[in-house]
Amino acid sequence: MSGFHWDWAFAWSIVPQLAQGVVVTVIATATGSALAFALGLIWTFVRIAQIRLVTPAVWFFVQFIRGTPLLIQLYFLFYVLPTWGLSVSALATGVIGLGLFFSAYAAEIYRAGIEDLPAGQWEAALTLGLPVRRVWTGIILPQAIRAVLPMLGNIVVNMFKQTALLSTITVLELLASGMAIGQMTYRFVEPLTLVGAFYFAVSYLAARALRALETRDDIRA
Amino acid sequence: MTSVPDASAALLQMRGVYKSYGERKILDRIDLDVQAREKVAIIGPSGSGKTTILRIAIGLVKPDAGTIRIDGAYLWHEETQAGLKPAGERHARKVRRAVGIVFQQFNLFPHMTAIENVREPLVHALGLSRAEGDARATDLLTQVGLKDHLTKHPAQLSGGQQQRVAIARSLALQPKIMLFDEVTSALDPELVGEVLRVVRDLAHASDMSMLIVTHEMAFAADIADRVLMFDQGQIVEEGPPAQVLKAPQNLRTRKFLRAVLER
Repeated sequence: MSGFHWDWAFAWSIVPQLAQGVVVTVIATATGSALAFALGLIWTFVRIAQIRLVTPAVWFFVQFIRGTPLLIQLYFLFYVLPTWGLSVSALATGVIGLGLFFSAYAAEIYRAGIEDLPAGQWEAALTLGLPVRRVWTGIILPQAIRAVLPMLGNIVVNMFKQTALLSTITVLELLASGMAIGQMTYRFVEPLTLVGAFYFAVSYLAARALRALETRDDIRA
Repeated sequence: MTSVPDASAALLQMRGVYKSYGERKILDRIDLDVQAREKVAIIGPSGSGKTTILRIAIGLVKPDAGTIRIDGAYLWHEETQAGLKPAGERHARKVRRAVGIVFQQFNLFPHMTAIENVREPLVHALGLSRAEGDARATDLLTQVGLKDHLTKHPAQLSGGQQQRVAIARSLALQPKIMLFDEVTSALDPELVGEVLRVVRDLAHASDMSMLIVTHEMAFAADIADRVLMFDQGQIVEEGPPAQVLKAPQNLRTRKFLRAVLER
């Protein structure tokens, strides 16, 4: 047995390079989440609006995204779209992939938040003569989104972990950075351990924060 | 149907209003008028259709048949040369403006403070500026005795205070007729008085017409010009409070009043 050996000096030496991967991972998570939340809201509205042909098409698209692995979607975006003349950077492709994938889940969460609001909120808004746009932006969405904030936060945490898949489409995020170090130095223990520890630390802290958010005693809720 | 202007047209005029949910008849061809400045109380057992008639009057519920006119305009119809033509939500939205409602469950916006709740229709329905809205909202909240609670959220207020915010909010659009749907039924007993007092003051001081569903008989006797007794989707008795509440003719009214008084 070649023996397990942990080299602290080596571990410290690779931190700066891994930190660059962390930056990419954080950027992918942040922009991917923003995209997922925005697209999810659009899917939700299309669903509520019941537009002929458009709503069923979008609904099918959302089901399709939920029903296929993220990895296949990423490969498709990365290898097939350029052959149709659409080519963007690997990172942008990854962000689009993550955003689309998680938008399908965000849509479901928004819908639940909206449907769970008491009917009295709609009735009050309607009988006070508020314009439809204001009813959504001032009354319904602020309450619905606040109610599902922990679940939306969950999406961010899940996406954060799934960014590791972007390593398969050449994005030099955290995992890819760690693997690159391993392939250069033939030492995998330190980089992969550090990478794993980082994912765990962030996910764990985020989960704790979300739990606090769920049980918060919010006077406005 | 021809649309001859009716000289004696009531502010709220319902004709042949019918509503059923499946087999269950909720309202059975109701004719109901509320004149300008008139205060009308509706009493009756639960399930008699009282709440539904209010919800129909403000267009939250569309009747299966019948017409509703508010200040001369049909709620669900447009008047054309050829007669009445069914109209949709967009039309109802305009006509509904003349009607306000206070709900049993207050239905305040929980994410907004008291003043923001009242300002909401002033700014977004009437188009006032924020400053104008705040000034007017402060006046309205002062009027219902909540001057010191302007920046509190509903969850920080008692039920009675919340309902008074809701009353101030409904007054914001200066409706010609105000509907009160059992506005004290969700309150703890010790909080009922403060809300009834506000409604009573309003009834005595204001020119607004009112249609009030209530279980508070003394309150109805005090403020109503006319009392309607509802039972099984029909108006079974109506008249001045002294008659309907003190000397009811109808058997069902008597039975209902006895049950309420024995409570």
